[in-house]
Amino acid sequence: MDFPILSILIWLPIFGGALVAFRSASADSAQRIAEIIGAVTLALCIPMMFMFDSSTADYQMVERFTWISYFGIEYYLGIDGISMPLIALTTLMSLVVLILARRSVSKSRGQYLACFLVMEGLMIGVFAALDSLFFYVFFEAMLIPMFLVIGIWGGPNRVYATIKFFLYTFLGSVFMLIALIYMRSQTGSFEIAGFYTLPLSFSAQAWIFFAFLFAFAVKVPMWPVHTWLPDAHVEAPTGGSIILAAITLKIGGYGFLRFILPIVPDAASYFAPLIIGMSLVAVVYISLIALVQQDMKKLVAYSSIAHMGFVTLGFFLIYPILGLGGDNTLAAAGADGSRLALSGAMIQMISHGFISGAMFMCIGVLYDRVHSRNIADYGGVLSHMPKYGAFAIFFAMANAGLPGTSGFVGEFMVILAALQANFWIAFLAALTLILGAAYTLWLVKRVLLGPVELEHVKNLLDLDKIEYGLLAILAIFTLLLGLWPQPLVNVMSATLDQVVQLALVSKL
Amino acid sequence: MKAIYLAAVLFPLFGSVLAGLWGNKLGRKNSHRVTILGVGVAFAMSLLTLNHHVFGGAASFDETLYQWATIGNLTIEVGFLVDNLTAIMMCVVTSVSLMVHIYTIGYMEHDPGYQRFFSYISLFTFSMLMLVMSNNFMQLFFGWEAVGLVSYLLIGFWHTKPSAIFANMKAFLVNRVGDFGFLLGIAVVLLYFGSLHYAEVFAGLETQKETTMPLFGNDISIFTVACILLFIGAMGKSAQVPLHVWLPDSMEGPTPISALIHAATMVTAGIFMVARMSPMFELSETALSFVMIIGATTALFMGLLGIIQNDIKRVIAYSTLSQLGYMTVALGVSAYSAAIFHLMTHAFFKALLFLGAGSVIIAMHHKQDIWEMGGLWKKMPITWITSLLGTLALIGFPFFAGFYSKDAIIEATKASHIFGHQYAYWAVLLGVFITSFYSFRLYFVVFHGKPRMDEETLSHVHETPWVVTLPLVLLAIPSVIIGALSIDSMLFGGVLAEAIHVDHHHDVLHHLKEHFHDWKSFALHGFQTVPFYLAAAGFLTAFALYGINVNIGRSFGEKLKNMPVGKQLYALLDNKYGFDSFNQNVLSKGAVIIGHELWQKIDATIIDGFLVNGTSKLIGAVSAIVRKLQTGLLYHYAFAMIVGLVLALSWLLIN
Repeated sequence: MDFPILSILIWLPIFGGALVAFRSASADSAQRIAEIIGAVTLALCIPMMFMFDSSTADYQMVERFTWISYFGIEYYLGIDGISMPLIALTTLMSLVVLILARRSVSKSRGQYLACFLVMEGLMIGVFAALDSLFFYVFFEAMLIPMFLVIGIWGGPNRVYATIKFFLYTFLGSVFMLIALIYMRSQTGSFEIAGFYTLPLSFSAQAWIFFAFLFAFAVKVPMWPVHTWLPDAHVEAPTGGSIILAAITLKIGGYGFLRFILPIVPDAASYFAPLIIGMSLVAVVYISLIALVQQDMKKLVAYSSIAHMGFVTLGFFLIYPILGLGGDNTLAAAGADGSRLALSGAMIQMISHGFISGAMFMCIGVLYDRVHSRNIADYGGVLSHMPKYGAFAIFFAMANAGLPGTSGFVGEFMVILAALQANFWIAFLAALTLILGAAYTLWLVKRVLLGPVELEHVKNLLDLDKIEYGLLAILAIFTLLLGLWPQPLVNVMSATLDQVVQLALVSKL
Repeated sequence: MKAIYLAAVLFPLFGSVLAGLWGNKLGRKNSHRVTILGVGVAFAMSLLTLNHHVFGGAASFDETLYQWATIGNLTIEVGFLVDNLTAIMMCVVTSVSLMVHIYTIGYMEHDPGYQRFFSYISLFTFSMLMLVMSNNFMQLFFGWEAVGLVSYLLIGFWHTKPSAIFANMKAFLVNRVGDFGFLLGIAVVLLYFGSLHYAEVFAGLETQKETTMPLFGNDISIFTVACILLFIGAMGKSAQVPLHVWLPDSMEGPTPISALIHAATMVTAGIFMVARMSPMFELSETALSFVMIIGATTALFMGLLGIIQNDIKRVIAYSTLSQLGYMTVALGVSAYSAAIFHLMTHAFFKALLFLGAGSVIIAMHHKQDIWEMGGLWKKMPITWITSLLGTLALIGFPFFAGFYSKDAIIEATKASHIFGHQYAYWAVLLGVFITSFYSFRLYFVVFHGKPRMDEETLSHVHETPWVVTLPLVLLAIPSVIIGALSIDSMLFGGVLAEAIHVDHHHDVLHHLKEHFHDWKSFALHGFQTVPFYLAAAGFLTAFALYGINVNIGRSFGEKLKNMPVGKQLYALLDNKYGFDSFNQNVLSKGAVIIGHELWQKIDATIIDGFLVNGTSKLIGAVSAIVRKLQTGLLYHYAFAMIVGLVLALSWLLIN
């Protein structure tokens, strides 16, 4: 047992959040303490990255104790190539939100910061937990601070949005709990890896598949269980939207890789056409809906759904490319295609974290100044906020998948892989090139470009130092990942190889 | 050599970053100095590269810079492939770019976005070099979209002008339609060759010759599929019908970029790409025919539109479309080197014509209507002479650069025998007359006749400063001589033989080579050919209508417009064959309507209204009923317990 780095990553922000909520005298001291905790958490990721051995798919930095022996629940933490990048992303985006609170929150800022700190710890817990019930606890607990953030600091229609958000996500996860308990009754423990080797009949797999699917599809969100997201985003404060888009959605994607593909490969293979179909609907149909939105946040929310469509598409492409139970030795032709699909989907998740976070922050910057999210209330913003405009256009281009930015990498890989499955899957997926550019650039045109006609636009102040700095950091990450995805690919490759192998071995 | 290639790419990038991020601190002068220095270095490095490869005969350079991503056995890299084709492209790009940088000092003198402009054009130079120097499809796609981005930024450079920001969005979206095909083409290549590296793909061509893929219920050769998809990308970038619609509108941007991006370099990226992929295109005659027919259509019908334009830049824009069509025809008939040759000569004389037009626009205080010009030859001698030289090059007057390249294309098309070659031949022949006519119409209306501008403007018109005229002169030189200098080596001498592969069945230039002796006799022979007569006829028509007196042509035009057939014909041309209205009314509006319907009907009504809120209503309704059971009266509950007990006991007894 070495230094318990994962425990610290989880509990430091949670206890820190409690401290900030109850102990800080003023908003400013709360701000300072919260930022220090956020920064320390982020700094702890650096040794975590250096200690990480990307040559193996084994769990690393493991901490394992019995928690409730009667039920077989363990305090079991560990990371691999898919959870490590997501944890790093969580700490980065959390710090961004904490710092941004200086600009965008005035009402009970201490409690606001506390919510985000607690949420940060819980989300890291979701990614690090290797015991499924432990995972479930984090997965559910995470809803509470988000519920509070939207419900307290949200917009006028926040009650409807929070209840919709809560019911959707809670209902989803109840089914997952049942599936977990069922599998626990078979293996005698809640250890996730134990489920990988658990033989399951096809009908059991199908039930478990849908139980998990419902839980994770709501989170991603996939069409048709996506309608909570635009409402939640619209009502959430800027910080809430950033975390929601950048991290919370990724938990859904993570669930597919951690649970569905390895645990129920036969059902996943059987239902792959369904999931691929739903993902393509997300790409095409949701993009068309994004095109007609009048509210900036709704537009970006729909755009998020469309981009997450590439994640679920990438995950399930491995089945049409390789086929279950066939020659799944990784030397086989097509194995590269399935790894390309999985890598692309994972990179899309990380990239979407940066880009959607930055997009929501850009909207927040305008909202703080004008208190409107309506596209029609803007026009010609670039003339009065040139620095802001430069960032906004940059992130818009990244959102449209411009090569050189991270938004390109995942989509590129998934589309290349899709053609190995079927020409028409690739055809529909590639429509994002046109549709994504259409809704993003139309937004840019209406908000940023054109003559200035509205009085309040003329009085806009450009980015201050904090906003500039935060957007610059996200821009740098977006560029780095776009120009050189290799380090991230390397970190993930051993784990993704293992996922491909597990996902293609029939359990029947 | 690697250091030289890297310097060529990175210096413009550094210049762009400096002027872009710290432009305000650097100030105007330092910003243009630093970017011009960057592009100047790139030009010098390109000349060294040209010397090394074309004159020094060095072997082609194909090396990796860094690994972009390694996934299983698939390695995607960033690297350079430098051979003669690349070296020529590098020189064309950097030389025109350098001229445009210098010219911009004069053209954008009073613009508040001065530094930003320099940053963009240097970024463009970087992107274009990445595109032409790439050794793999990923990087090609990067450069391909990056030049599209800069084009977007530059068309919308004056971002408060509604027409400009409409045009830049249109340009980006239409290009994205092309890129959509391009990306699918790349995916087909990866599927069948397992690599994105050119050399590895080309090495695998032989083994896949007979491979087909199922599509639309047929088995189609993978080369037909891949090449047509890749060519769709070229149709976007190189503005071929029906993806040409963005180029005329792109004239909303400042004139220097019309010269650099929308005439000389970026729009030729598609031509370059097809030439680079020649080993693949050679394996599909269907794809070649497709390319040729699209090119011929563009060459002829876009030229026709040039006749009715009244904006000085739009005339040249349609001329660019038409010339790109010529290059595409050359690609289709497998005369790739003729296409590259025309690309090169066109880059110089078209950049010259645009910059000349820009010079006129400066003098006219940014008015662009040709009917408000006239008689400028006396006032602006350098602009006049250089524009005349550019015009002669464009119409293919013997000994001028354009003559050699265009004549080669026409002859090559004549020798072709793939499907549709007659159509292409007639199209390029007729195109010669049309080109000559609209070019001289423009020339006479702008430079000759009586001045038609108002007194105020007339008194101010004078020759532009040296930063503007110097690039004109420097571009006029290659516009005149580059054809004569390089025809032998580029078309017949095998300079491009290594980069370009032509199947001997398609080798149309071979016929031309048999009759070719030297540049002089080729040009002298040019005086007796059909294209020359057609060009002369075009010139004479323009002279008769506009050269003697501009009003003859104008009133003749008005008369034509009012005649029954002429009216319809004019309406057809004036609507630009209806492409724009189709795109806007059917495609854009259709997408918006569909999006709205999906949102309102499915998302809001079915999912939210029925499923989500319906579920909560259902729960509410059920609980309203269940609530009634909880009466709070003890004997009700006791009764329920007894009923339950009886049921449970009877169930046990039955079992």
